[in-house]
Amino acid sequence: MTSHMLTRSLDRGAAMFLMVVAACGILIPLSNLLLPAGSVLQVPTYLVALWGKYVCYAILALSIDLIWGYCGILSLGHGAFFALGGYAMGMYLMRQIGTRGVYGNPILPDFMVFLNYSKLPWTWYGFDMFWFAALMVLLVPGLLAFCFGWLAFRSRVTGVYLSIITQAMTYALLLAFFRNDFGFGGNNGLTDFKDILGFNVQAEGTRAALFALSCLALIVAFLICRSVVSSKLGKVLIAIRDAESRSRFLGYRVESYKLFVFTLSACMAGVAGALYVPQVGIINPGEFAPGNSIEAVIWVAVGGRGTLVGAALGAIVVNYAKTFFTSGVLAPYWLFMLGALFILVTLLLPKGIVGAFNAWRESARERRPAAAAASAAAEDGITEPDMAEERS
Amino acid sequence: MNVMDNRATSAMLYLDGVHVSFDGFHAINNLSLTLAPGEMRAIIGPNGAGKTTMMDIITGKTKPDLGTVLFDGVTDLTRLDETRIAELGIGRKFQKPTVFESQTVQDNLLLALNVDHSVKGTLFWRGSKPESERIDKVLETIRLTDARNRLAGSLSHGQKQWLEIGMLLAQDPKLLLVDEPVAGMTDVETHLTAELLKEINKTHTVMVVEHDMTFVRELGVKVTCLHEGTVLAEGTIDQVSSNERVIEVYLGR
Ligand SMILES: Nc1ncnc2c1ncn2[C@@H]1O[C@H](COP(=O)(O)OP(=O)(O)O)[C@@H](O)[C@H]1O
Ligand SMILES: [Mg+2]
Repeated sequence: MTSHMLTRSLDRGAAMFLMVVAACGILIPLSNLLLPAGSVLQVPTYLVALWGKYVCYAILALSIDLIWGYCGILSLGHGAFFALGGYAMGMYLMRQIGTRGVYGNPILPDFMVFLNYSKLPWTWYGFDMFWFAALMVLLVPGLLAFCFGWLAFRSRVTGVYLSIITQAMTYALLLAFFRNDFGFGGNNGLTDFKDILGFNVQAEGTRAALFALSCLALIVAFLICRSVVSSKLGKVLIAIRDAESRSRFLGYRVESYKLFVFTLSACMAGVAGALYVPQVGIINPGEFAPGNSIEAVIWVAVGGRGTLVGAALGAIVVNYAKTFFTSGVLAPYWLFMLGALFILVTLLLPKGIVGAFNAWRESARERRPAAAAASAAAEDGITEPDMAEERS
Repeated sequence: MNVMDNRATSAMLYLDGVHVSFDGFHAINNLSLTLAPGEMRAIIGPNGAGKTTMMDIITGKTKPDLGTVLFDGVTDLTRLDETRIAELGIGRKFQKPTVFESQTVQDNLLLALNVDHSVKGTLFWRGSKPESERIDKVLETIRLTDARNRLAGSLSHGQKQWLEIGMLLAQDPKLLLVDEPVAGMTDVETHLTAELLKEINKTHTVMVVEHDMTFVRELGVKVTCLHEGTVLAEGTIDQVSSNERVIEVYLGR
C-alpha cells in the first residue's frame, strides 16, 4: 500500500511539472508574438531567449540526475556532452551562412577562409544537411560517452576517481577546441549564425518556436527519464547506486547498466546543447570549461538529487539567481555565492528543495491521525541517500 | 592424481591447494575442500580464519594466487567474474546483511529473481503471474509477507538476515554460500533459521559459515574447521569439537 501511495504522489508531482512546462511552452511564445509590445502580459523577446536557455539547462540537469541521482555516477564532465551537441548544431548553422559571410565563400565558413583553408575539413562534411547535424547531435556525445564509459566502467573506476577523469575529459576537449588547427573555430568558436531550416535565427517567431521546442524537448527528456527510472531497470540502477557489489553477486552486469544510462544521459545533454546554441547565438570552447560541469551538478544538488523534477527546478532557480546577481553590483561575488549556496544546501537541505518539500509533506501527513505511523516511517527513507554516500 | 580428478568431476564445489595473500599476509593457505552435490556443510573457525575470504574466492570477488576452484565439476571459477559466477548458479549471503535499503522488501526479492538480468530485459520487463507468485511464496517462507511494502532499511537486523536468505531463495542458485546467518538473532529466530536452511538443503547444496555452536549442532551436518586459512579438522560436530587441535585453537587465543 505504501509504495502505491508513493508512486501516486510522485506521479502527481510529475504531472504537475509536465503541465507547467507545457503551459509555459505554449503561453510564453503566444504572449510574445500575439500581444502588443509593452503590454503588461507580453513577454519580451530577450526574456524568451533567456528562459529558453534555462530550459536547455534543465534538460542538462535531468541528464545528470539520471546518472547521479539514480545510479550514483557523479559526472563532473557533462558539460562536454552539452557542448558537443552545441558544436554539432553550430556547424550546421555555420554552413547555412553560405555566401552571406564576410568573405562570401559559399562552402568555407569565414574562420576557415581567414586561416587559409583550401578545402572543407572532412569533419565538416554533411553538416550542411539538418538531418545529418541532428543525428550528430545525438551520435557524437553518445559515442564519446560510450567509449569513455566502456573503458571506465569495465575497469571499475568509481566514485571520486570517475569524477576526476570526467573533469579531465572535458578539460582535454576544452584545450583541443581552443586550438585553431583543430578545425572548429578555435577560441572564437562558431557564431554570426543567419538561419536555421530557412528561418532567421534572430527573428521573434524563430525564437518563440525554439523556446517552444526546448519545452517540448524538456517534456520528452523528462518522460524518458521517468520511464527509465520507474522500470525494473530503474530498480537495478538504484541497487547499483546503493550496493554495487551486491548487485554483481545477484548476476547483474553492472558495467552494462552504467554504460547504458551514461550514454543515454550524454545524448540528452547533447540535445540540450543543440537547442541552446541557436538561442544564445554562439558556441565557443568556454562551454567545455570544467567549472560549467560542476555548476550543473550544483543545480541538481540544490533542486534535489534523484527526484528528476528537482533537477530541472534546481537548474532554473540557480540560473535565475545567477542572472539576477551577475547583472548588479554583486556580480564579482557570484562564484562565492554559488559555493556558499552549495555548502548551505549540503548542510541544511541534503535532499535538495524537492527532497525537503517531500519530507515536509510526509511529516504533515504523519501528524494527521489517519495515517499509520509505520507507513510514514517507511516512506521517509525513499528520498535519496545524502551526498556523504559518494565515498564508495 | 587420477583419484583426485574423478572426485573433482563429481563435486559441486572443489577447492584444491588454494593460496591467497594480502600484502604478504597469507589469509588462505593450501586450502582444499570438497562439497558433494546436495550436501550441506558447516564451516567453523575463529575470527580471521579465512572463512569469508574463502567465499570471496568462490564468488569471484578475490582471485587466488594459486590453486584450483571448480564448480559443478568442470567450471574453473578463478577465471570468471562475480556476475558470471552468479549466473552459473552460486548465490551468497553476506556476513554483514546487505540488502537494498532504499527499496521495498518486495523489490529486493524482485531484483534477486533469476530471470533475464540484461539491460534490455529489465528495461522492458513486465511483471508476470508466476513471478509474483514466487515472490509471495518466498515472502511467506521468510515470514515477511506483512512487511512486503516496507523499505528494507527499516527492517530489524534479524529481518534483514532473513530477507537476504529470501533473496537467495528467489535467486534459486545451485550452490548457496551463507555467511554467519544467525548473527544478531534471538534464540527463536536462530532455531527458525536452522529449520529454514535444512528445508532449503532438500533441494540445494549449501555451505554455512557460523560461530554459534548450538546452531551448528542443530543443523546436524558435516563440519569443517578452518584455521589460519587451512582446514584444521573435518567430521561430525562431536568429532571436530573434541579434536585437540581445534580445542587448542579456540581456547588458546
Ligand atoms: N581485502 C583484504 N585485504 C587485506 N586483508 C584481508 C582482506 N580480506 C581479508 N583479509 C584478512 O584475511 C584474514 C581472514 O579474514 P576473513 O576471511 O574475513 O576471516 P573470517 O571470515 O574467518 O573471520 C583476516 O586476517 C583479514 O584481516
Ligand atoms: Mg567472516
